[in-house]
Amino acid sequence: MIPATFDYAAPTSVEEALSVLAEAGDDAKVLAGGQSLLPILRMRLNAPEKVVDLGRVEALRGVRDGGDHIAIGSMTPYSEVVGNALVQEHAGLLAKAVETVADPQIRHRGTVGGALVHADPAGDVGAPVLALDATMVVVGPGGERTVGAGEFFHDLFETAVADGELLTEIRIPKHTGWGSAYEKFVRVSHQWSIVAVAATVKAEGGTITEARVGLTNMGSTPLRATAVEQALVGKGTADLADACAAAAEGTNPPSDLNGDADYRRHLATVLTRRAVQHALGG
Amino acid sequence: MTAVDDRPTTSPEIGSARRRKEDQRLITGRTKWTDNIQLPGMLHLAMVRSPFAHAKIASIDTAEASAAPNVVRVFTGHDIADIQGVNITAWPISPDQKTPDHLPVPLERVSHTGEIVAVVVARSAAAARDAAELVDVDYEELPAILDLKEAANDAVLAHPDLGTNKSAFWQLDSAAQGSGGDVGEAIEKARQDGIVIEREYRQQRLIPAFMEPRSTVVDPTGEQVVMYSATQVPHILRFCIAATTGLPESKIRVIAPDVGGGFGGKLQSTPEEFATLAVARKLGKPCKYTETRSESMISAHHGRDQWQKLTLTAEKDGTVTGLKVDLMADLGAYAAIVGGGVPVLGAWMFNAIYKFPAYQFNCTTYYTNKTWVDAYRGAGRPEATFAIERLMDELAAEVGVDPLEIREKNWIKHDEFPFTSVAGMTYDSGNYEAATARAKELFGYDELRAEQKQRRESGDPVQLGIGVSTFTEMCGLAPSRVLGSLDYGAGGWESASIRMLATGTVEVITGASAHGQGHETAWSQIVADRLGVPFENVEVLHGDTQIAPKGMDTYGSRSLVVGGEALVRAADKVIEKAKKFAAHSLEASVDDIEFSAGQFTVRGTDKGVGISDLALAAFAAHDYPEDVEPSLDADATFDPVNFSFPHGTHLCAMEVDTETGATKMRKYVCVDDIGNIINPLIVEGQVHGGLVQGIAQALWEGAEYDEQGTLVSGSFVDYTLPTAADTISFVTDHTTSPATSNSLGTKGVGEAGTIASTPAVVNAIVDAVRDRGIDDIEMPCTPERVWKAIQSAGGRQGAGVTPTQQPHFDEGTPNQDPSAGTTDGAVQ
Ligand SMILES: Cc1cc2nc3c(=O)[nH]c(=O)nc-3n(C[C@H](O)[C@H](O)[C@H](O)COP(=O)(O)OP(=O)(O)OC[C@H]3O[C@@H](n4cnc5c(N)ncnc54)[C@H](O)[C@@H]3O)c2cc1C
Repeated sequence: MIPATFDYAAPTSVEEALSVLAEAGDDAKVLAGGQSLLPILRMRLNAPEKVVDLGRVEALRGVRDGGDHIAIGSMTPYSEVVGNALVQEHAGLLAKAVETVADPQIRHRGTVGGALVHADPAGDVGAPVLALDATMVVVGPGGERTVGAGEFFHDLFETAVADGELLTEIRIPKHTGWGSAYEKFVRVSHQWSIVAVAATVKAEGGTITEARVGLTNMGSTPLRATAVEQALVGKGTADLADACAAAAEGTNPPSDLNGDADYRRHLATVLTRRAVQHALGG
Repeated sequence: MTAVDDRPTTSPEIGSARRRKEDQRLITGRTKWTDNIQLPGMLHLAMVRSPFAHAKIASIDTAEASAAPNVVRVFTGHDIADIQGVNITAWPISPDQKTPDHLPVPLERVSHTGEIVAVVVARSAAAARDAAELVDVDYEELPAILDLKEAANDAVLAHPDLGTNKSAFWQLDSAAQGSGGDVGEAIEKARQDGIVIEREYRQQRLIPAFMEPRSTVVDPTGEQVVMYSATQVPHILRFCIAATTGLPESKIRVIAPDVGGGFGGKLQSTPEEFATLAVARKLGKPCKYTETRSESMISAHHGRDQWQKLTLTAEKDGTVTGLKVDLMADLGAYAAIVGGGVPVLGAWMFNAIYKFPAYQFNCTTYYTNKTWVDAYRGAGRPEATFAIERLMDELAAEVGVDPLEIREKNWIKHDEFPFTSVAGMTYDSGNYEAATARAKELFGYDELRAEQKQRRESGDPVQLGIGVSTFTEMCGLAPSRVLGSLDYGAGGWESASIRMLATGTVEVITGASAHGQGHETAWSQIVADRLGVPFENVEVLHGDTQIAPKGMDTYGSRSLVVGGEALVRAADKVIEKAKKFAAHSLEASVDDIEFSAGQFTVRGTDKGVGISDLALAAFAAHDYPEDVEPSLDADATFDPVNFSFPHGTHLCAMEVDTETGATKMRKYVCVDDIGNIINPLIVEGQVHGGLVQGIAQALWEGAEYDEQGTLVSGSFVDYTLPTAADTISFVTDHTTSPATSNSLGTKGVGEAGTIASTPAVVNAIVDAVRDRGIDDIEMPCTPERVWKAIQSAGGRQGAGVTPTQQPHFDEGTPNQDPSAGTTDGAVQ
């Protein structure tokens, strides 16, 4: 379909983008890869007066080594994240999750920052970012601030990024040497997750010393399965099931054509066990 | 003296796996799709559609929309009432069929979500779309009937003025028509001392989901009104327009330019086409309407949607004795062009390849306030094939034998052809034994059965199932006399013309309007062989009622078996004509002229002349026989005397992850007998695409409405169409029993894969979990449905399983924590 008419701006720096946004006020929308925004505009679910395209803000693109963390520019497309050596080495979980997003065309356009701000609970970026204890860098008229992943996701399609603000960077503490797996359950390959589980573990001699588990599409935001994380410490491949049985505790998954909430809760426990097992190299 | 060389080699074109000559333009898009067409002064349309499933249109305020920038005019149904015509059904299945008027733009009442209530015309598509949001329609909502079974109760009516939701009833009874015994007696007897299998199956609603959305351009500025449309049926469409709008047929030219798929979904005369025509005529300006995908999902006709009540009877040893079918078919809001005829087409196919002595088919059609339903790849035969192939598996389970054994016991043997079925159809040729033997071999049937057994015994969380479908179908629609006897509104012949051009090239005109099938290539191969001209010199023209004035278009796997035969007959007429020219130029008697590979020779001599030399001679007309016209061109119309009966054996292995309900195809083998093959590559494409569409019904697709009558699966996010990434590499092969109903010996292949594959997949899934007491899973077999079936059957223990016994869905990775035992019940 054809979107309603809008004005278009293509700033080349973060400062310029912020001032264009400030000028436009409530009626502006930021455009990153457009893989969520454009369908929304085309189906006329939203009709902003101005679209501010970040595509030419070079500073927002790329991955750099930040010492104890890696820093991913919000405009870095999925395809770059998947293939990036720093991400693979220090945040393998994110690379594995992002690899499952949609199809190559969409991964070529869609960005990590766009996905996080869009905050679709069925999206595949939130759970790994949450599990990896990332910190988001947000800039706005009042300057720069950082938000922990745990405080970033407020609700369905709602995050800590306010109107007039930009997400600029995602900082992920290095998880060097951790095993990881993203178990995504779908009916057809290009589908959003019915349920997915992001797991990354540190192990010594086959025994888990630290574990991080994030859940996709088990509520209105990505969720962290902290009870499972704690229960996994000290466990090995042979005794994961009990520790993973609580994966769905406290979750409130949706019911739709792909499955009802009970089925999703069941899937979460099975997929958590499988994800942890794969993360352990099993 | 020829301008173009005669064919250099004599290796036959028929049977050669030529790449399709039309593909370059189709794949690159550098061609005329309807939406690419731009005419001077052309206006653009946007449709205002009902958000309600059933509502009275109280009023429509178009003032604001009409005043919007670049808007030319806004039309309601009232504004075009005098010329909008109606969308007709060609097949009233009973004399007393109830058929509501189907106005393209209704005046009083909308009967399904997505029905058009107003048409906005603007100078750009964007302006039309903007203004469509400003049209203010006041609806008075009416109760809507959405569920097919509830529709039968008539408590809520889809069309209150009809007084009932029931449209028609149609029956075929083998005792009454004398083609078999009495099914009531068979059932009674089986209840005493035989086997009675009773099942109810659901054929879910599907969306054809052709790649190119529908688009129509109407140019009313010439003497004739020209309609370009993304349709499968330009000829039928022209007839429908003439029959209902008051435009004389001779003043209508319909052009189907290159069309991006249809699968039956473009076998229709649509409200959108009629509304565009009416508006263009009112304004006297070219108008274009192109639908969005969302509009396509709710307004283009859907397919399937049946409940099937089935009773199969057999002797204790598994010999079938009777089959009774009771269908409820959902027509949606209106009787579409084939309409009630679609489920009726299944009447001759439920009995399939088996020798039932008694048979009865009953079909009742109903209206609901949902999108109309019509032909979708296979149209009536997939539904029938699903039912019988599922039932044969149930019978095998009941008797306790292999599903292939029960089939073999009951099928028609190869030496019994031609065979007249209990439904009264005469199957001309086939060899079920040969196809099955080959399929088993390619499949590794016994090895997979052994693996299944081993997985069962070890309690593997991933179980294996094997599904069989030994299908046949009737296609090549259709003998006109048969259609007449069924009150179908047209014939089933096809037409072809051959024009021998002066410079040696050949124009072939076919009435079978291709929309992606590859007619241009296959027809060129046939003509090249028949006339002995180079493949490259043949040009195939179609899809324009002015260029190809006669035709019945493309659907029902008919183009080759009906249209191809018309082509052969036209070519033979060309040869007969050319013989006289040859005799004249070679100074011989016509009786002594022989024709082979493009050369006419005098028997017993080395004197000869090429066909293109004769074409030039006829064109120049300086010197030709006195008793003939100076032309080699010829037309032919072929009306088949019988249908075409392809068959095949499809074997499918499915893995079922009992922990999650996920299913994964492990292997798919099909050996189809489609008679002689003109182009193996095109056949391969038809089989692969057909298989995926059938597999998609089994696993992925389903059109679902909510209680308000909104299509929930209204986009490709929720209507889970598969892509290549979701399928495996199919193993395909053929056996060949040439058809006797056309001289090429060909049988239709366009729908075979779709018809055959659905039950093979579902049979395999059920087979994987049958030992748990499960005998059916509703389609699409989603992981949730499979898992819930396993849960309610009370899953078995998977304890004591060692890791090596646990091949996972993803090769090489274990499926389960070996010591964790089963996760059944882990949820609660
Ligand atoms: C067919 C299809 C299938 C898909 N399948 C999947 C899937 O399987 N898994 C999955 O995870 N996702 C899937 N997606 C969604 C995809 O991941 C999107 O790309 C992603 O959600 C948004 O990223 P984007 O860069 O395209 O953002 P855009 O669409 O450009 O923007 C999304 C939203 O974020 C805002 N925004 C973007 N960047 C910033 C920023 N730096 N600061 C502030 N606000 C910003 C925009 O204003 C907008 O509201 C699919 C999309 C499509 C079209």
